[in-house]
Amino acid sequence: MKDISRRDLGRLALAAAATVPATARAQTAPSGPPIRIGYSMSLSGGLAGNGRPALLAHRIWAEEVNAKGGLLGRPVELVHYDDQSTGAQVPGIYTKLIDVDKVDLVISGYATAIIAPAMPVVMQRNMTFVSLFGTGVNADFKYDRYFSINPAGSNVKETFAKGFMDIAMAMDPKPRSIGLVNLDSDFHQRTAESARHLARENRLRIVYDRAYPPSTVDFTPIIRSVQAARPDIVFVGSYPPDTAGLLRAASELRVNFQLFGGPMIGPHITAQKMQLGPILNNLVVWDVYAPEPTLQFPGTQALIERYQPLAARENTDALGHYVPPLAYAQMQVLEQAVRRVGRIDQAALAADMHANQFDTVIGPLRFDAMGEWTEERNLYTQYQGVQGNGIDQFKKAGTQVILYPQRYKSGEFRKPYTAGA
Amino acid sequence: MDPDLALLLNGIVSGLLLGGLYAAAAAGLSVSFGMLDVVNIAHPAFMVLGSLIVALLWAATGLDPLLLSILLTPAFWALGAAIYVAYHHFFERRGDEAIQGLAFFFGVMFIIEVGLVLAIGPEQHFVDAAYANTTWRLGEIDLPLRMLVPALVSFAAIGGLVLFLRRTFTGRAIAAVAQDREALRLLAIDPVRIKRLAFGISIAMAALAGGALVVVQPVDAWSGHVFIGRVFAVVIMGGLSSLGGCVLAALAFGVVENVTASFYGPSWSPAVAFGCLLLVLAVRPQGFFGRTA
Repeated sequence: MKDISRRDLGRLALAAAATVPATARAQTAPSGPPIRIGYSMSLSGGLAGNGRPALLAHRIWAEEVNAKGGLLGRPVELVHYDDQSTGAQVPGIYTKLIDVDKVDLVISGYATAIIAPAMPVVMQRNMTFVSLFGTGVNADFKYDRYFSINPAGSNVKETFAKGFMDIAMAMDPKPRSIGLVNLDSDFHQRTAESARHLARENRLRIVYDRAYPPSTVDFTPIIRSVQAARPDIVFVGSYPPDTAGLLRAASELRVNFQLFGGPMIGPHITAQKMQLGPILNNLVVWDVYAPEPTLQFPGTQALIERYQPLAARENTDALGHYVPPLAYAQMQVLEQAVRRVGRIDQAALAADMHANQFDTVIGPLRFDAMGEWTEERNLYTQYQGVQGNGIDQFKKAGTQVILYPQRYKSGEFRKPYTAGA
Repeated sequence: MDPDLALLLNGIVSGLLLGGLYAAAAAGLSVSFGMLDVVNIAHPAFMVLGSLIVALLWAATGLDPLLLSILLTPAFWALGAAIYVAYHHFFERRGDEAIQGLAFFFGVMFIIEVGLVLAIGPEQHFVDAAYANTTWRLGEIDLPLRMLVPALVSFAAIGGLVLFLRRTFTGRAIAAVAQDREALRLLAIDPVRIKRLAFGISIAMAALAGGALVVVQPVDAWSGHVFIGRVFAVVIMGGLSSLGGCVLAALAFGVVENVTASFYGPSWSPAVAFGCLLLVLAVRPQGFFGRTA
């Protein structure tokens, strides 16, 4: 055998340096024209507080996919425009995305008010559409290429408030009356309808049932009127500014209800958690995620750990427990369908989404004929033992325990709700 | 006490406190719109700008938010004076203030809102004043200091402004410029300088109102939208250039809103309040304290 000279060794090393990384690059670096994913996102206006964290989660997903070789070997590119939280902007944005930008795939921005205006445009072009936090959007459209990333399920009236009612009816003594307060919005009208329906089924007397307009400034008269009606339990549907006003008013009026809460969107946002502090104790809130050991899926913690430093740098929601996991899952659904189908084919993608299960950071998902989750997962959580206004307590288990559904239950219900008194 | 009577009294008291916030928000507009005839649709946006600066300063210093808003007033006065200089130069001087001036202030409003989002983000900001979690009880009547203190501060500020306008030469000149700007020239007073001064005062009042607002509720860049209709309604109902009328209208607006919310549901509150505005204008087109032409 011929001995390898020092010069040969040098040539071999050079060849290895030139060829091995090239082979590795061929396996990992995406190439070709990018797969363009288009959507509107609320980066300004009232929904931006949740739109910006959603976009950050999308960017994390895109970076991870591209670092692992892309999708079908091609890089993914996010094409998004600010809808200014205004539904009227949305049809124009999707028309441009599909007709001018020629995106390959479309997904929705955040919330029902933004998803619904996109539907006619998306349906006319026969695009498969994965939405984010839309409640009952497809009930009227009945579009067979619509898929929803929202735990409410397709039967909102029967299931949305079920967790709240189950908690209430397990109390001893059982409640006999209920008060209903909700914001005049599409989402909250649907949730109040669910509470109304289930209250009647459980033979609860509805002693207060009023909606309030989005322009409400002072919530004291609402809470005082609810108090005067003397309900045992109170189901409230509100958005962040109103939630703070309602809970402040509850604290000032020294309320004492056996159970108080519902889809009160607000404590989901880190700044409001910190602002309200002990006023949150014993509040029962509808949610989509809580950092409890019973609700951990592969990738959840890694996503949140990746998200939080970026959020601090970009001055957006610090904890990222509410929208980011679902926004990331929205992209995972799209990614897994494209990988299985092996090409960009809208009909095939929709068929795949109807037929298969998706493993996501929020757990395994399956879609029904309406594109909603086959198994609703409305979480009802309760804040317990909140002290002061520090952020760290909200990062650990035990501060926001899960009461419903039973399979994710992580703590016991505490009563009454006294707004921090 | 009869529960309905307690509900009514609390509705009235909480309405008066809410009216204090409305008065703070509307007083500056009463100066700019009522006295100077400048349709500053961006006034609530300036209030929100004040709120968010107060929130940032509060987070950095821990000082009382209302004190911070008072400390902000000179800077806001200067900002208002500078904006008036631009407005006068490009619109008022050429007689284009009607539609183009309105568009100018729309533009200012959007610039403030977008600028706030770019600078500090779209999230809500809040302050936690030392008294915000305290509620005084007078029998069955609740007086949350979160509402009471901002209302008292705004009444004090408006009272001071009324004294300034009535007792000082410059104040009377501001009142006069609303009636006959050419007559001011006969007294060797430059009406543009007086209007610049007055517009600065109106924006300084927006800073004070911003301090009051952020004590009452969390604030984001768009929180001013809720107030646009209300503050214009209050100023018109009060009689445009009358600060006393503005305060009375603000209190009436707050009481009508809260009593309606207590007894007939909050959905009716805006409809009844604005219905009252129409009624007042039908009976007294010049508002509570306005003068007939």
